Amino acid sequence: MTTYLVRRLIYTVPILFGVAIIIFSLFNLVGGDPTYQMLGKHATPAQIAELRHELGLDRTKLQQFGDYLGQMVTFDFGRSYSTKQKISEMIWSGIPPSLSLAIPAFIVETLLALIIAMLVAYFRGSLFDRIVVVGCVMGMSVSALAYILFGQYVFAYLFGFFPISGYDPDPILRFKYVALPALIWVTVSLGINVRVFRTFMLDEVGQDYVRTARAKGLSESSTLFKHILKNAMIPVITYVVIQIPFLITGSFLLESFFGIPGLGSITIDAIHNSDFPVIKAMTTIETLLFIFGNLLTDALYSVVDPRVRLK
Amino acid sequence: MNGEEQEILLKEEASFAPKSLWLDAWRRMRRDRLAVASLVVIALYTLLALAAKLGFIATPWDAEVGTAYAAPSLASLKTIFGTDIFGRSVLHKVIHGTRIAMSVGLVTSLIAIPIGVTLGALAGYFGGLVDEAIVWFYTTLSSIPSIMLLVAFTYVLGKGIFSVYIALGVTGWIGLARLIRGEFIKHKHREYVIAAESIGAGHVKRIFRHILPNVSHIVIINFSLQFQTAIKSEVILSYLGLGVQGQPSWGVMIDDSKLELARGVWWQLSAATLAMFFVVLAFNIFGDALRDALDPKLKKG
Repeated sequence: MTTYLVRRLIYTVPILFGVAIIIFSLFNLVGGDPTYQMLGKHATPAQIAELRHELGLDRTKLQQFGDYLGQMVTFDFGRSYSTKQKISEMIWSGIPPSLSLAIPAFIVETLLALIIAMLVAYFRGSLFDRIVVVGCVMGMSVSALAYILFGQYVFAYLFGFFPISGYDPDPILRFKYVALPALIWVTVSLGINVRVFRTFMLDEVGQDYVRTARAKGLSESSTLFKHILKNAMIPVITYVVIQIPFLITGSFLLESFFGIPGLGSITIDAIHNSDFPVIKAMTTIETLLFIFGNLLTDALYSVVDPRVRLK
Repeated sequence: MNGEEQEILLKEEASFAPKSLWLDAWRRMRRDRLAVASLVVIALYTLLALAAKLGFIATPWDAEVGTAYAAPSLASLKTIFGTDIFGRSVLHKVIHGTRIAMSVGLVTSLIAIPIGVTLGALAGYFGGLVDEAIVWFYTTLSSIPSIMLLVAFTYVLGKGIFSVYIALGVTGWIGLARLIRGEFIKHKHREYVIAAESIGAGHVKRIFRHILPNVSHIVIINFSLQFQTAIKSEVILSYLGLGVQGQPSWGVMIDDSKLELARGVWWQLSAATLAMFFVVLAFNIFGDALRDALDPKLKKG
């Protein structure tokens, strides 16, 4: 167990290094000088030189790479160019709003998708199954932007069920504001999740142990709930856990659209303002979270399924 | 054995006449009405895109055809989806959006597929250090969330459709490379490959002449999914202002329409959404049908 985890941990080192190289090359080598984009057309040479110094761009490329590796470790990404805030502080203040939208949406969406997938697995091959599958594909084919725009127009603007946009840091009041975006989140991701969970369930239906369970006379429902569900939980858990780190970064489109000041909004604002340091910091943090999520999933997986450790 | 059973057996024997994977797949697809319908939709979109590209229809897209924000009317084809803030035909914009979307799907696939196939084949075939280097490379690349990678790419290359092609192409090959690598690992020790080696086929020949045709169905299935992912990504990128500039794309139209809804102008958003919905749906259904028809593992079931 420990050997497996240590081996897995060591394996992330070259990945982390590779990620550092790619992000650094994109932003610091290929990307050219960001100061022109940040300062606009009418910048004086003095302004450019000052900004270059501020961003550490006047140092050698090797020193810059060293600086970047340091940032990755200390999470000190300097200051935002457009708001002049410390980026680490922006990130800390962005996490709670992101989570207040992401956690309820994620829980509801996962549970709902699991319940529908179980029903579909129980009635597999029936008309109900086919309707749900077609519905999922149709739901997946609508642009997320359309859900957001029409959702806001119909439920907030026309019917007035929800505030149109905004956010309140109050622990209770915030849920008034995140309700509609969360509802849209659930709608957007339900189609794909039901399909994935359904596949996980149906992969188990054909296994030998299911035949054994039926042969000894178990009813269809106890085969489904006692045997299939337990085994299908392994891929389900993997699929769910790997998404958890991303809840922190929230949803770019939903947050920026509904004015929720989370990490998603911060990123979108940075994109609109060509805020080079913030874009780089957010890219790095998202990547680190992804690698961490993978690690977590593998660790959990090896606890649930001992066969993994032998590989 | 009664007569009926004998007849079935005979029929089965008759169907053992040589049928290639592709012919067999085509027969299965033809029976699937939904798959045929989605193929027709894809063909229609392709024709529309080509006609718009060659200037046969919807030119010029930026001409005034009526008053600003005229509601959809059946009076003329140009105003069937209404007009936008400058009185331009929404229908024409949707058609040019189709041209952009189809070109993004095609060009990014043309970039991503060769990279994915080559790297996946090399990794799976040679194994060892080559494999480790390639796997390291795509694991690293896929660790960076694709939206951030796309943002970084457009940031680096400047905004515009060219950057969209490159960004989506360079990030879109990883899934295909993974699949191709897995298939090559399975195939490289099969008898036909050993037979090819024994008659003197070198590595290049074994990879591209012998193994690749046997795994090519994966490329086709992936193409269908890649295409619609690219279309969706282009819409998001253009909506964020990082994509197509100065041309009507579905993403740009959706971005424009976000302030129109409150004024009761719903047609631009609806037209762009519907146009995108049908083609993405068609690619989704077609991709699924392709997988069912081409994946030998499913045939037994």
